[in-house]
Amino acid sequence: MFEDWDGKYEYLIDLGKDLPAISAEYKTDDYKIKGCQSQVWLHAELIGGRVRFTADSDAIITKGIIALLVRVFDDETPDAIAEADLQFINEIGLAQHLSPTRSNGLLSMIKQMKMYAIAFKVQNT
Amino acid sequence: MKDLANTVLSSAEIREQFPVLGISVNGRPLVYLDNGATSQKPKCVIDSLAKYYNEQNANIHRGVHTLSQEATSLFESTRSSLKRFLNAEHEHEIIFTSGTTQGINLVAHSFGKAFINKGDEVIISALEHHSNIVPWQMMCEDKGAVLRVIPMNNAGELDLSVLASMLSNKTKIIAITHVSNALGTINPVEEIIALAKQYKIPVLIDGAQAVQHQQVDVRKLDCDFYVFSAHKMFGPTGVGVLYGKEKWLNAMPPYMGGGDMIKTVTFEKTEYNELPHKFEAGTPNIADVIAFGESIRFMEEIGFDTIRIREEELLQYATQKLSEIDGLRIFGTAAKKTGVISFNIEGLHPYDVGTILDQLGIAVRTGHHCTQPIMDYYRIPGTVRASFAFYNTMEEVDVLSAGIKKAIKMLKR
Repeated sequence: MFEDWDGKYEYLIDLGKDLPAISAEYKTDDYKIKGCQSQVWLHAELIGGRVRFTADSDAIITKGIIALLVRVFDDETPDAIAEADLQFINEIGLAQHLSPTRSNGLLSMIKQMKMYAIAFKVQNT
Repeated sequence: MKDLANTVLSSAEIREQFPVLGISVNGRPLVYLDNGATSQKPKCVIDSLAKYYNEQNANIHRGVHTLSQEATSLFESTRSSLKRFLNAEHEHEIIFTSGTTQGINLVAHSFGKAFINKGDEVIISALEHHSNIVPWQMMCEDKGAVLRVIPMNNAGELDLSVLASMLSNKTKIIAITHVSNALGTINPVEEIIALAKQYKIPVLIDGAQAVQHQQVDVRKLDCDFYVFSAHKMFGPTGVGVLYGKEKWLNAMPPYMGGGDMIKTVTFEKTEYNELPHKFEAGTPNIADVIAFGESIRFMEEIGFDTIRIREEELLQYATQKLSEIDGLRIFGTAAKKTGVISFNIEGLHPYDVGTILDQLGIAVRTGHHCTQPIMDYYRIPGTVRASFAFYNTMEEVDVLSAGIKKAIKMLKR
């Protein structure tokens, strides 16, 4: 999908720029994801049976990563998010750059999104 | 020892000794500028590790067999090298630890147990690594003692006039870093020790960021404790040194109980062994201590004159090159610094800058560097830190400078 690393990172940076702003009331410690070197805030709510995510980060690349995840998981059902496999990370050619050993908190972000989905599932049953 | 005083080793000759400096990362030649976190290892250290396990492995200090006696002698010869390296009075003042962190924890625990009571004070500085803050905090909490902090100025230098006013007969120990890991500031430890001596207060120096850059003479310094790690001075990980004056080490209770640290054991009472064994319970890190001896020998061959000149040149050149970059701010502008440049780019997060530099094969550290109080002082989440060793080159500084410009272009477009 990308020829070189610059392209991948430029794509992530653009995704971050296009991410709709999170409401200021959610940019607090309660919504912060632990395990990232930069600050990441994530909020989710269930609207009409679908999970709607908003997010932000103080680092541009991290914001791009969370924007990518929002793009994948936003407006999906809690079931779909909770059960989603993460093959897409490999398919879009970002795996090497987003491996869990990197301190960008990718895994923490996915875990938090799935936690929200599971919480909504439990609420609904 | 070879006499290299008159031999100027070329940069290429020095770099050849460090195999990892020749590798590629992300398709680019590695530019390793994270020496403050850990230094790379020369061949002699790596070979020593392999040789130990291939030909010399045995437990030490107890076997009657030849292999054990030879391993003991190799292990103890590192202690003897360190006595010479630090100019300590006695070999038994050299205690092997797992690293700087364990050395500080040992002193905080054992010195605290023997000498610190409710209402007493411990002084540290605003420039400390978390490992020279938290052990003292834990001990003070336990004892009802008070932790006090020497403040720093905007350049990252300590205010010694404040220290003078902090000292009293309540002060039981001062624990201070020789060189700041986050900013590179070289603290005036000589003056701090002189001030402390007026009140007969012992001083512990955290030398983790100093011993690889300058000759440390513990007797000339007249410090009571000096701690550091082998892995930041071209040696293996998992080994460190606690130097302590004999009188303190004898007066302090052991830190850990176990084998090797005892003279006699009954279920009623144990008589502790003499120094240094009293503080070295259990089988030590034999292989790494022996390899550490090789890194000391290696450093002595290169010589601190060469190390200092190269690092000063690198710091000066890098400071100049980086200062030319628009929007770049250097944190830590003390008059006396080691080869550390901590910086941020206006409007950019250090994590972003570090991530792009990594793609270019440049290894730097980003984050708070285990010094959150310093970051809080500057009201920043962290910095990008380039830290140099004598094997780095001017060309690598150029690659760093170009890399930062590329990162700015990508991140600000």
